Formats: sequence, structure tokens, C-alpha cells
Amino acid sequence: METLADRVLAGQRYALARTLTLIENDAPEGLATLASLFPHTGRAHLIGVTGAPGTGKSSLVNRLAHYYRHPPEGQPRRVAIVAVDPSSPFTGGAILGDRIRMRDLSGDPGVFIRSMASRGALGGLARTTANVVQALDAAGFDIIFIETVGAGQAEVDIARLAHTTLVVEAPGLGDDVQAIKAGILEIADILVVNKADRPGADATVRALTEMLKMAHPTQETIMHHGRRMVINAGQKTQKKEEHPSWVPPVLKTVAVDNRGIHELAQAIARHRAYLEETGEWHVRDRVRLQSELENMLGEALMQHWRAHTAAEHYQSVLEEVFSRRLAPTEAVDRLLAQSLPPAA
Amino acid sequence: MAERRIRVLIAKPGLDGHDRGAKVVARALRDAGMEVIYTGLRQTPEMIAEAALQEDVDVVGLSILSGAHMALVPRVLELLRANGQEHVKVFVGGIIPDEDAPALLEMGVHAVYGPGTLTDDIVADIRRAVLGGENGNPTDQS
Ligand code: B12
Ligand SMILES: Nc1nc2c(ncn2[C@@H]2O[C@H](COP(=O)(O)OP(=O)(O)OP(=O)(O)O)[C@@H](O)[C@H]2O)c(=O)[nH]1
Ligand SMILES: [Mg+2]
Repeated sequence: METLADRVLAGQRYALARTLTLIENDAPEGLATLASLFPHTGRAHLIGVTGAPGTGKSSLVNRLAHYYRHPPEGQPRRVAIVAVDPSSPFTGGAILGDRIRMRDLSGDPGVFIRSMASRGALGGLARTTANVVQALDAAGFDIIFIETVGAGQAEVDIARLAHTTLVVEAPGLGDDVQAIKAGILEIADILVVNKADRPGADATVRALTEMLKMAHPTQETIMHHGRRMVINAGQKTQKKEEHPSWVPPVLKTVAVDNRGIHELAQAIARHRAYLEETGEWHVRDRVRLQSELENMLGEALMQHWRAHTAAEHYQSVLEEVFSRRLAPTEAVDRLLAQSLPPAA
Repeated sequence: MAERRIRVLIAKPGLDGHDRGAKVVARALRDAGMEVIYTGLRQTPEMIAEAALQEDVDVVGLSILSGAHMALVPRVLELLRANGQEHVKVFVGGIIPDEDAPALLEMGVHAVYGPGTLTDDIVADIRRAVLGGENGNPTDQS
């Protein structure tokens, strides 16, 4: 019998949409489908797009996606877009409005847009966004854009998920370097100053470029335990510099007028080439899969442990901690002293 | 941790620029805990059906105050059916003359609303239409 995964792999769009819903809802069928799709993942270029609310993330994704569908040279690429907006912390409801800016893409079977509510997760993505992206990857999209919740500060989760992270700014920061949030330099592979038709764009570009100059020329970004770290190239002086380190370019765009999009796409292509030549593509993939696996393992171990630990025992140890008779580290030792049966 | 949220597409088909009602309804549904995909003005029936498919919504809500409902609504219904989404409930609101409402319902529209409708009533109707008696997933057919 044809499974849902078969239908996704055969390119059936409604089967894909259903699968994404099942994944979002943690339905067992969604997880099973994801497992069948997993061998087919790992090919797409994942491009994260983050930045403060209203800077033009959706408008840029609209233009870039259109560009990849109608490239000046070469084959059109299939493009998927996952756009995350915040859920209300009070009601759990959400208004997902990113599609408003993506109307140029309608009617194109080579594009698939999915809106997601954050469903309580902090950090700019929903808890299941990575899984949704995996399903789209298996479905054969060459490029997957992931637009985060418009957040004031730099979101680390997106840098962990994406191969290439665009941080979108808009003029108005002026020369006020303080306004540029710390952390942006750590996650940005490309800095975009959108709304360059507005006054102050050049000042924003200058401010960002200055910050980069201070931070970068002798530094290199590496992946370390699932996090990106910046190290000084000087620390490994003797090692032959085979590859120059990646210094994020600062680019101006006007999404509403389709200006600067070609240059932005070229910068994305250069970053991809950089990742492939330095082997970082591979490294990021492994680091991400390992951290996803470890998260799941952590959850599963916790559940397994709870299922085999008497609630009264746990409660009595907790009480000892509450009354300061037992330190938390000692409590952990005691709680783990029993051996667990193997998981089914 | 399984979570099932009602997903609703609110769309304004045609050239009608009256978007107040659509926004009021979208916000009310959000406040009732639903996930509302709002696609903005000037949507063609094709764009609406495509968004409904990609977003796998339970409900499509059309807001029409231009008088073009008898042309636009049947086309949306037809496209939803062609895409295998005949189970999606279609709600229509706006300026719909009394004599047109029965025809829309006959075509397969779930309910029609005019000016002054209480959003609480819309919320209750959508919940009932989607969740019905059971609380499982009404659209699972894989
Ligand atoms: C405000 C208004 C405007 C504003 C619109 C502002 C905006 N951004 O929305 C402005 C001034 C721009 C405007 C312009 C025009 N308007 Co005007 N406008 C109105 C008016 C007075 C109120 C509409 C409104 O906002 N109501 C408040 C909202 C909350 O109510 P609602 O939309 O009805 O929504 C409720 C229900 O219908 C329902 N509902 C609505 N949508 C949906 C969707 C779903 C899924 C559900 C479940 C329920 C639902 O629930 C809502 C809550 O109760 C109406 C008259 C009237 N009393 O309705 C005329 C009216 C709609 N306009 C009319 C006309 C003709 C025009 C113009 C063509 C006028 C002109 N000649 O220039 C232009 C066209 C504009 C355009 N581009 O389309 C006519 C339409 C006639 C027709 N359809 O046969 C009306 C009916 C006035 C009249 N009696 O002639 N208009
Ligand atoms: N002047 C100008 N306006 C722009 C430009 N790009 C986008 N906008 C406008 O800025 C507003 C916000 O654009 P979006 O693309 O929705 O921004 P966003 O970052 O996706 O917003 P959120 O998802 O809500 O955080 C819209 O009104 C756009 O039309 C630009 O280059 N110049
Ligand atoms: Mg957006």
C-alpha cells in the first residue's frame, strides 16, 4: 500500500501539507512518516532569515524565492518557505501574516509556502520547525527559507538549523552602534540592510561594517558542541591557512523595488561555496544531527527514568532538597543509583 | 505533547478593499486560540485554494463586501474540491443579500454572515464545524 511518505516523495503536494500538519501536532503518523523520509534528507540548502519585526524579511524571501525560480542563468531551483510567527501566550492562537508579502510566488508549483505558529517555543522557531524543514528537504526542495519570528535580538536557534543565516536590518539605527544587538555578529553569515530607499541606510551599513572590522579579520567561526564559536586565527598560527575565514558581507537591498537581490543571491552562493570548500557544510550537518539526536535522547531517557521511578521515592528525595538536607548533586546521585530495565 | 489547533485561512477575494471585517474576524479567531493565516487583499480564487492546500487548513473564511460573491465563491469551492479538500469548511461573510445566501449554502458553503454578527457566534460555529462531536482529526484520510 502506498504510504504517506511514498506520496510525499512522489511530489504530491497535499500529502506533503498533511505530513507537515501531523509533524506539527506530534501525531504518531507524522513521526513515522518523518522516519521514512529521513534517508532522503540532507540535500537542501537551508537559508535562515531573521531580524527585528517589520524589517522586510518576508518581502526579501519573496524576492529571493522568485529569483531562484527565474534565475538569470541555470536551472530554476525548487523553493520551500517556512515562515514562523508568534503564538499568543495567553490564548495559544496566532495570526500568520507572512504570506501577504509573498504573493509573487503564487501559482508556481515549484514553490511551497508553509506558515507556522511558534506554539510557545522561544528562540524564534517552533519546536517542530526543524522536523518540518526535514520533510520539505525530503520532498525535494533545493532551497528552503526559514523566516523566524520577528525578534528584537539575534536568535541562535536559526543559526543552528540553517546553513546560511541572513540577519535583516533596516535603517534607523543610524550611527548608534549600541542599537545593534550583541549576538548578531555571531549568527549572521550575511547582513542585509533592507529598506535602503529610506534615509540612514548608508549610516547603518557603515556602523555594521565597522563592527565587523573590529570583530573579524583575524577570527574564524567554528562549530563547537552545536554552537558556533568565534576563535582567533592567531591561536593556531602555525597551521597553514588553507581557507580564508568567512567575513559576513553587508549588503543593501530594497525588497519592494527588487533592488540588490541579485547581489544578495550571489553572496548566498559564495557562502554556500565557502561551506562546501571548507567542509563546514558537512560539519554543520553532523553537529546539527548530533544535537537533535541528543535532545531526543535526553527527553526519552527522562521519560524512561520517570516510568521506572516510584513517585513517592522521587517526592521524598525532593523534600530533602527543599529542606536543604540534601544538595541537588547528591539527590541526582541517589536518584540514579537504581538500575533501569532496558527500554522496550 | 500532541497539540491540535484549528487552522483557518482568512482571505479577501476579488478587488474589494474592505478589510476591516476580515481583520476583526481574524483577530477574534486568534483570541479564541485558532491559528489564522491571513493572506491580505486581492486574492484570486486560485491563490486562495493554493494557500488552503499548502497550509492544510480546516476552514477557509472568505470576506466579500463588493457584491462579487456569486462569481467568486463557486470558483473557490470548485478548486478546493479539485485539490481533494472537499472536507474544508467554507465560511462567507460581508455584504451578502438575503436572497443569495441560500444559493451559497446550496453550493456547499457552510455558513454566511452579515454586518453586525457577533464574533463569539462565528467562533462557536467554527469550533462546532471542525471538531463536531468527535475531537479527532476530521481530515485524516491517508
Ligand atoms: C467602512 C466602509 C468603507 C471603508 C473601508 C475601510 C476598510 N479598510 O475596510 C472605505 C471608506 C474605504 C469604503 C470604500 C468603499 N465602499 Co464601503 N463601506 C464601508 C461600510 C460603511 C462599513 C464596512 C465595515 O468596515 N464594517 C465593519 C466590519 C467589522 O463589518 P463587516 O465587514 O460587515 O464584517 C462583519 C460581518 O460581515 C462578518 N464578516 C465579514 N467578513 C467575514 C469573513 C468571515 C470568514 C466570517 C466568518 C465573517 C465575516 O463578520 C464581521 C463582524 O460582524 C459599509 C456599509 C456597511 N454598513 O457595511 C460600506 C460598503 C461595504 N461600501 C460600499 C461601497 C460601494 C464602497 C465603495 C465602492 C464606495 C465608492 N463608490 O468609492 C468603496 C470601495 C472600496 C474598495 N476598494 O473596495 C457598499 C458596498 C455595496 C455592495 N456590496 O453592494 C457598502 C455596503 C455601503 C453601501 N450601503 O452602499 N468603504
Ligand atoms: N520602504 C521600504 N519598505 C519595505 C521594504 N521591504 C519591505 N518593506 C515594507 O515593510 C513592511 C514589513 O515588511 P515585511 O516583509 O512584512 O517584514 P517582516 O520582517 O517579514 O515582518 P514580520 O514578519 O512581521 O517581522 C511592509 O509594509 C513592506 O512593504 C523596502 O525595501 N523599502
Ligand atoms: Mg514576515
